[in-house]
Amino acid sequence: MVRHFEQDLDALRGLVLQMGGAAEAIVQKSVEALKRRDAALCKEVIADDRMLDRMEIDIEERCVSLLARQQPMAGDLRFITAALKISNDLERVGDHAVNIAENAQRLAAEPPLKPLVDIPRMADLASGMLREALDAFVRGDAHRARKLCERDDLVDDLNDQLFRELLTYMIEKPENVTRAMELILVARNLERVADLATNVAEEVVFIAEARIIKHNVEEMVSGQRRDEDFGRT
Amino acid sequence: MTSASGRPVVPPRAPAPPAGPPVLATRDFHLYYGPVHALKGVSLEVLERSVTAVIGPSGCGKSTLLRTFNRMNDLIPGVRTEGQILFGSIDILDRGTDVVELRRRVGMVFQRPNPFPKSIFENVAFGLRMLGLKNRGELEARIEQSLRRAALWEEVKDRLDRSALQLSGGQQQRMCIARCLAIEPEVILMDEPASALDPTATARIEELILDLKAAYTIVIVTHNMQQAARISDRTAFMLDGKLVEVDDTTALFTNPRQKLTEEYITGRFG
Repeated sequence: MVRHFEQDLDALRGLVLQMGGAAEAIVQKSVEALKRRDAALCKEVIADDRMLDRMEIDIEERCVSLLARQQPMAGDLRFITAALKISNDLERVGDHAVNIAENAQRLAAEPPLKPLVDIPRMADLASGMLREALDAFVRGDAHRARKLCERDDLVDDLNDQLFRELLTYMIEKPENVTRAMELILVARNLERVADLATNVAEEVVFIAEARIIKHNVEEMVSGQRRDEDFGRT
Repeated sequence: MTSASGRPVVPPRAPAPPAGPPVLATRDFHLYYGPVHALKGVSLEVLERSVTAVIGPSGCGKSTLLRTFNRMNDLIPGVRTEGQILFGSIDILDRGTDVVELRRRVGMVFQRPNPFPKSIFENVAFGLRMLGLKNRGELEARIEQSLRRAALWEEVKDRLDRSALQLSGGQQQRMCIARCLAIEPEVILMDEPASALDPTATARIEELILDLKAAYTIVIVTHNMQQAARISDRTAFMLDGKLVEVDDTTALFTNPRQKLTEEYITGRFG
């Protein structure tokens, strides 16, 4: 007997996954727009973000309705509250992609400053982390979720590296400043996308293990037991 | 349309359209038990093929209201009414109403399962026999269909000749539902159908109600508002004989319009 509530939970799970796929795609598209200097693609990114906004609202309404109507307990309760937070994180991914598209639009109007190397690498890492986080979400795999947080350091390192490189461009010639700043902002937005992916991973650990691991990277990586079991003193 | 921050403002989702035209309706209905004014000007519509839950504290009149829909209150001496009860377009309080036929079309399931002291087969066959069905083959077919619809067939198909009193509480209640379904009602009234049952049996009844609403209109009285939240499409809140508020269930439990409703559902009453 498949309970009606189970069907509602499955539908919610499917929506979160769909939204995750859309968030991953929008990040890739925004960086593609940057690489190709493609104004039309930038406009698509903005339209795609609106779809993410709508999905967030849909998920929020469903979660509130499920909380009101089903009085979910235990894993179901953790899943629904986590889905609320994950949809919020994914919506913000969309906003960062829009920022990147806007940077790209401005950069397309000027000659390129330098070949893009670190930014595409950051984009691949960040969208890869999103994909991993959503995979972990589907499988309820806390171990996988914890592992992906290690990659956040790689993204941070690339961001710092790019910042130092662009600084030298700016010091060299004042006319480089505008374009260099745009690229710094692109990198910053990608770094934020990676952070949001780790947020999603933290929610996955909460769903699977009822452990709150945010704000504590070392514990996350080592997976050490702490007195953070939810609800227990 | 964009907000001040430039982000698009998505209009709130329109409420789902009602399930169908009203099947039952009360219009400014009053009921008195002697001098006691038990129902005060209740106007409520019950929509087709939906589940309408009636909630409220003890003594608010919800069971009394339920019993008006099949004129069970006629059986209580000293009852006086004003106003209309419509079933479709007909006022069932008219003198000419065939009450027996009304109670076939508007069936009832009670709080305590009330199997007859007969076999399971004879329990479900009872109403059919009263309606004149004699053909054994057809009886068997109708009984099987009803027991399947009540999600009980698999459990009892090999012991239909055993006494219904041997069934568990939850099974007895599903058999009573099958007995009701056998005579093909359009509406099923349920007065606290699960309150005498354990949580597992309750869950099965709730799932059954969710399945049944595809074909039947259901009105359920329950003191358990979480149950109302789980299974109903619309919820009516009654207090002291009055209908305070009726709305789409999600709307009522997330954003009730009346302060009294909010106080009741958040447990701030009394």
